[in-house]
Amino acid sequence: MENNILIGGAAGLGIDTLGILIGKILCRKGYFIHSTKDFMSRIRGGHNFTQIRFGVEPVCSHWPLLDCIIALDKETVEFHAERLGEGGVIICDESVEAKDDRIIHLPMARFAKEVGNNRAAGSVAAGALFKIIGESFDIVEEVFMEKFEKETAHSNFEAFKKGYEFVEEVFKINKPKKREQIFINSNDAIALGALAGGIGFFASYPMAPSTSIMTKLSMKQDDAKIIVEQVEDEISAINMVLGASYAGVRSMTSTSGGGYALMVEAMSYQGITETPIVVVDVQRPGPATGFPTRTEQADLDFVLFSGHGEYPKMIIAVKNAEDAFYQTTRAFNLADKYQVQVIILSDQYLADATQTIPPYDFSRVTIERHLMTKEELGNEEYKRYKPVENGISPRIMPGKIENALVRVESHEHNEYGHITESAEVRTSMQDKRMRKMEGLINEIQEPDYFGVESPEILLIGWGSMYGPIKEAVNMLNEDGASVGALIFGDLYPLPTRLLKKYGECAKKLVNVEMNSTGQLARLIRQETGIFLDHSILNYNGRQMDSYTVYSRVKEEVL
Amino acid sequence: MVDVKIYDSKDEIAWCPGCGNFGILDGLKQTLAEMELKPHEVVIVSGIGQAGKTHNYINTNGYNGLHGRAVPPAQGIKIANKDLKVILHSGDGDSYAEGGNHLLHGIRRNVDLTHVVHFNQIYGLTKGQASPTTARGQKTNMQFDGNKTDPLQTLLFAISVGCGFVARTFSGDKEHLVKTLKEAINYKGYALVDVLQPCVAFNRVNTFKYYKDRVYTLDSTDYDPTNKVEAMKKAMEWGDDGIPIGVIYREEKETYIDKISYLREGPALVDRMWNPEDAKKYMEDYR
Ligand SMILES: Cc1ncc(C[n+]2csc(CCOP(=O)(O)OP(=O)(O)O)c2C)c(N)n1
Ligand SMILES: [Mg+2]
Repeated sequence: MENNILIGGAAGLGIDTLGILIGKILCRKGYFIHSTKDFMSRIRGGHNFTQIRFGVEPVCSHWPLLDCIIALDKETVEFHAERLGEGGVIICDESVEAKDDRIIHLPMARFAKEVGNNRAAGSVAAGALFKIIGESFDIVEEVFMEKFEKETAHSNFEAFKKGYEFVEEVFKINKPKKREQIFINSNDAIALGALAGGIGFFASYPMAPSTSIMTKLSMKQDDAKIIVEQVEDEISAINMVLGASYAGVRSMTSTSGGGYALMVEAMSYQGITETPIVVVDVQRPGPATGFPTRTEQADLDFVLFSGHGEYPKMIIAVKNAEDAFYQTTRAFNLADKYQVQVIILSDQYLADATQTIPPYDFSRVTIERHLMTKEELGNEEYKRYKPVENGISPRIMPGKIENALVRVESHEHNEYGHITESAEVRTSMQDKRMRKMEGLINEIQEPDYFGVESPEILLIGWGSMYGPIKEAVNMLNEDGASVGALIFGDLYPLPTRLLKKYGECAKKLVNVEMNSTGQLARLIRQETGIFLDHSILNYNGRQMDSYTVYSRVKEEVL
Repeated sequence: MVDVKIYDSKDEIAWCPGCGNFGILDGLKQTLAEMELKPHEVVIVSGIGQAGKTHNYINTNGYNGLHGRAVPPAQGIKIANKDLKVILHSGDGDSYAEGGNHLLHGIRRNVDLTHVVHFNQIYGLTKGQASPTTARGQKTNMQFDGNKTDPLQTLLFAISVGCGFVARTFSGDKEHLVKTLKEAINYKGYALVDVLQPCVAFNRVNTFKYYKDRVYTLDSTDYDPTNKVEAMKKAMEWGDDGIPIGVIYREEKETYIDKISYLREGPALVDRMWNPEDAKKYMEDYR
């Protein structure tokens, strides 16, 4: 059993703060939560909302039906009342003139004024919500104390109590057991993963929906003694990151599609110089400026083919906040091991989807630098591009070993990193670089599989569609269908073992993607020759939820 | 002084005979030798162009970047390892056209590095198109009717956006070149040096003789490079009445690294010790 609440209103009314407060309290009480944000590209006005889905069973998608709406303005009632399920209620201020039997008019502004803090109206609503769902005061005060200054915390708690006392209990919901968990979104997870993975240098230019990765790292930079630099443009970001990595620190940048476009020449530069880097593309809908605050999975083709010339690369799509942390730490290790670029694909949905997950296990994280030491080099002459069997020429840090010079070259070069025009050297250097692909292929992780063992219908998705598809598969199988799903994280090199295994027995292969042309289906066709029979695509900027996937499979495939 | 020969590279030099770049290379080696810098302590960062070949002809660490993009990695290298001497060589097109934005913000960021601009007032590598410093009206292999764009007053620009060390020298005056480079490398912060460098193949106007006849050293005058308004006037001086060479402007400023206590006082970023468990405390924000 689960509940769905929506908090809506104009930008600037504090929807975000309220969503985080409610989420944190529910998290500490032990509920499983999946919370998503839908907001416009503006600072004031418009219509924004946060949806919080919670219950005593795991949840990994948003959901179309609602049990409770906290409407901070009239539009919220107008836009969302039709999604209210049976017995659902709407909480809004007594001043809101909306007409609906299900409205509970709450003196939010008045109570806030009474506690001497006009900004505490949201806490009045939160109090009412907790009573309506039959929850206690437990934990509320401690969360307020952490989130606010002492006096503000106190007035908010008073406001909360007033809201709580004003209403009656409506829902009988199952209470969870307390559990060890954290409440986090994927952008923060990537930042935390970078910190755990030993990032030393980060440079970026703000661009939604990637910006909060930089914000998070910036908040920790003094404590972690790393450098986080906001630079003049994305071209500078990527080239600075390349310089820092050459010098020997783990380096990363993050951006969205438009910023990535500016980085493309340098991605190719990475290819020829073999300087390890991690680049995060938090996708939003394009082309061009597109939908700045909304979601899409349409940069796969772009990052796959970005960069002139041919060189090895690795692309990993993250699936949720748990995965995002571990994949970021893995990306750093792979970049260092193979001296390649590792591109992490995320999107706005994940950037803003805050979920409860088990705490990260930091003891599982390793930092493997693969740098050659002075002892290992011995008396040998150092050659940055030594033509070795696996293609991975040993790296050293410049300045650390006397007489060992590190020369990286944007032109084709010989083993010393000197410019060359030789046809033979060119061929052998290109072969050396491409040999690294063979190693990378052995590192790739197969997609996650869930569903029945020999499915008739195989759904295929990637990255952020993990949660919605996973829930949809369960629902479809409960209805008696025979469905399985493969969700890809590693996309390039493309893992193919499970694809072949499940693809052979399924009668229909269906890609489920947040783009308009079926980019994963095309990649699969390109790499394996497997044609997918049907596509379920969405590109309106709003993530498909599990219910949408479920109903579209029923209508279009079954 | 260390033997200047240790900086010799085995590479065959691809510059035209008589190119001003030979003078710059020679002066650079002499400077490093006099400063007793060992090859592994120095990184020559370069862009793309004839100037961008400099790193090939000197035996130090080298980072050959992209056209117009040498400033960002130079900063990244210095921030990552403050113990390295970072010297950037790039053409006037590289520095002032394709890389203009990085130069502007690099100056503002004030990372301690030396940016040597090979100032030949033309695009050498791509065979003679106008650069941002080509004179108005000058005919080139692309501007057949003469260049219609006013040249950028590069040093005036640098002073105006806050550069703390702005100088000009001449590839044909080795002594002056070495003295200026030494001062630039010793300067703590972003040091910009335009080096007048005749391009024998593509610039028929700004020849060796053109520069030789016009340059005069500021040392021989009572010029005070610490007065910003005077410096801006001096930076605008150009032409038949004389081209000043020497330090045009100098101001002591906090460098990027000076502003970050743990970089200023602690070890270089490359020597930072870190264990994944050290980041565990940051997870508390999400409870
Ligand atoms: C992105 C990009 N655009 C254009 C070029 C071609 N290109 C190489 S060097 C150069 C200009 C060279 O002029 P300058 O920077 O003044 O150097 P010089 O050769 O005069 O020393 C150009 C246009 C390139 N390599 N990369
Ligand atoms: Mg030039």
